[in-house]
Amino acid sequence: MLRAEGLWHAFGAVVALDDVSFRLAPGQTLAVFGPNGAGKTTLLKVLAGLIRPQRGRAVVDGGRRAIGWIGHQSHLYGHLTVRENLLFWGAVYGVPAARRAARAAEVLARLGLAGRADQPVWALSRGLEQRAAIARTLMHDPQVLLLDEPFTGLDLAAAAEFRALLAQLAGAGRIVVLATHNVDEGVELATDVAFQHRGRFVHFAPRAGRGAAEIAAAYRRAVRDG
Amino acid sequence: MNLAATGRRITLVGLALLAAVYVRALAFTPVERFQGPAQKIFYLHVPAAWSAMLAMALVGLCSVLYLIVKDLRFDRFAAASAEVGTVFSLVMLTTGPIWAKPIWGTWWTWDARLTLTLFLFFLFVGYLLLRGAVVDPGMRARYAAVLGICGLVLLPFIHLSVYLFRTLHPQPIVLKPSSPSLPGSMLVTLLVSFAVFTLLYAGFVMQRYALARERGADAAMGGRGA
Amino acid sequence: MAEWLRQAWTVARKDLVLEFRTRTALLSAVVFTALVLTIFNFGRDPTAVSALDLAPSILWVTFAFAAMLGLNRAFQLELENHALEGLLVSPLPRVSLYWGKLLANLVFVAVVEAVGLPLFVLFFDVPMGRALAPLVGVLALASVGFVTVGTLFSAMAIRTRFAELMLPVLLLPFFVPPLVLAVLATAKLLAARPLSESFGYLKLLAAYDILFLTVASLLFRHTVDE
Repeated sequence: MLRAEGLWHAFGAVVALDDVSFRLAPGQTLAVFGPNGAGKTTLLKVLAGLIRPQRGRAVVDGGRRAIGWIGHQSHLYGHLTVRENLLFWGAVYGVPAARRAARAAEVLARLGLAGRADQPVWALSRGLEQRAAIARTLMHDPQVLLLDEPFTGLDLAAAAEFRALLAQLAGAGRIVVLATHNVDEGVELATDVAFQHRGRFVHFAPRAGRGAAEIAAAYRRAVRDG
Repeated sequence: MNLAATGRRITLVGLALLAAVYVRALAFTPVERFQGPAQKIFYLHVPAAWSAMLAMALVGLCSVLYLIVKDLRFDRFAAASAEVGTVFSLVMLTTGPIWAKPIWGTWWTWDARLTLTLFLFFLFVGYLLLRGAVVDPGMRARYAAVLGICGLVLLPFIHLSVYLFRTLHPQPIVLKPSSPSLPGSMLVTLLVSFAVFTLLYAGFVMQRYALARERGADAAMGGRGA
Repeated sequence: MAEWLRQAWTVARKDLVLEFRTRTALLSAVVFTALVLTIFNFGRDPTAVSALDLAPSILWVTFAFAAMLGLNRAFQLELENHALEGLLVSPLPRVSLYWGKLLANLVFVAVVEAVGLPLFVLFFDVPMGRALAPLVGVLALASVGFVTVGTLFSAMAIRTRFAELMLPVLLLPFFVPPLVLAVLATAKLLAARPLSESFGYLKLLAAYDILFLTVASLLFRHTVDE
């Protein structure tokens, strides 16, 4: 369960979150669309516990241990190998020492990174690095995934691959919140869609089978009217 | 009456009283046997050093309070106190040598009071520089609070270091009272001087705080902005 | 072992693996130390003062500056890899992050001192005698003193604009007490005085260390969290 209740947060005169409230149950994937500066990153940071909102609160069942974060930065150490990164982050997230190596091997295999496991991260392409970032996130098997513009810098092939992986992960009963400015990127995955504009959710509804073009049109309308 | 005006009045009263203390010190207190008339700077220096210490203590106290309560007013007060402390220290450090020269023939000596004031000056300046280097008001307040608290904890160790240093390298002791118990008129003058400096401290801080409050939370003392 | 300490070791080990793999910072610090010792030799008039009189000061000023150089490295690492956000989103206790960085910094400083001390003995023809073991004790205590406050401040300085300048300006006043105590103890040891004469200094160094370790552990989270 993930709950946002009356979130309000401003940076100086700019309101990044203006009374945002919603609830998500396991199995729901929320795609938040909005232009840059609409407050999407702030929302995710509040959900992750990085920022304490000036008003309102966000509750994620299971706390930090249950959250997996993927942003434009992979949070991988360039001079460590992929495996070493996984072991480190696994330790940080409390994966027991006895389980760690096996879990890393599992995750590497699942993401097709077994061959690259002992390469330093600086040697990977951006697409592979993003895959390794997912691996890092999966080490502790989080129930909630927060993704902030994860498609940044990925070419078409890598992006398609990433979307497929994400679909798999979302389907396994997790809660996923995906923030992006590009409707095409997130629309297929979403069960629910929200438009964020100047800090407010101007629209929040189940996707109900609508395609990218329809959603984009609804988005433009909502922004114009909201 | 608003804070700034009250502050101004108190400062003016303080300055007038300061002039009175000067006159009293020069004309109405006995001349010290060994050090001569130049010793009279003692009536101004000791309280000035004390005010700088008071300023530091208040920076430390407000820092602790800020971190507990997160009320930016404590941060504003700490910053005002630090600025006033800087000024008092600087005045003490520049007039000290001017008075030391006639007594000891040397511009500077690592005398306990001068050295401690020098350290206070460095701590205040560091505090203000750190404030100036951080733009976000919340971060600025937190960082300043951490530095303020550490500075306060450092003070006893500085006292100690100066003491250790001096017992090994006896320094000319500038501005020492002639005997452990001061004759009446000297004591009274000293006490009045303490009161005057405390008054001046209060007056300056009030004005500085009021000014900061007018300029608004974001721009207060450090960072860029209106 | 307490969980938080185990987590601290996870962070420290990661830092050390990265440090020894890239080696640049370490080698630079070692070379810097050797150069400073050399410069001190040329910077004095050999006929005016005996090497032994100046030796303790030279040793400690050199180590203080070498420690300063190594301190920025700790959080610079996280900044370069864009990993700090990842660490803050994770359940890693903030105090573990501090202690992890502290331990890594201590190892770094220990390596630099392990090279610097023999060089010092060599360059200044210092009679070590039985002073070596107690001297290592002084090195340990004073280094902890430097690194404790240094690690705390580097977490703040690294996020300001002129980090390399800001850190020394903030930190040097805090280096004075451990420096003074270390110089006094070293002088006694090198003059072959009985250990009991240095005991007082060692106790004071330990007190400084314990006090600031506690204060820094308590304050650290304010440098990274809101």
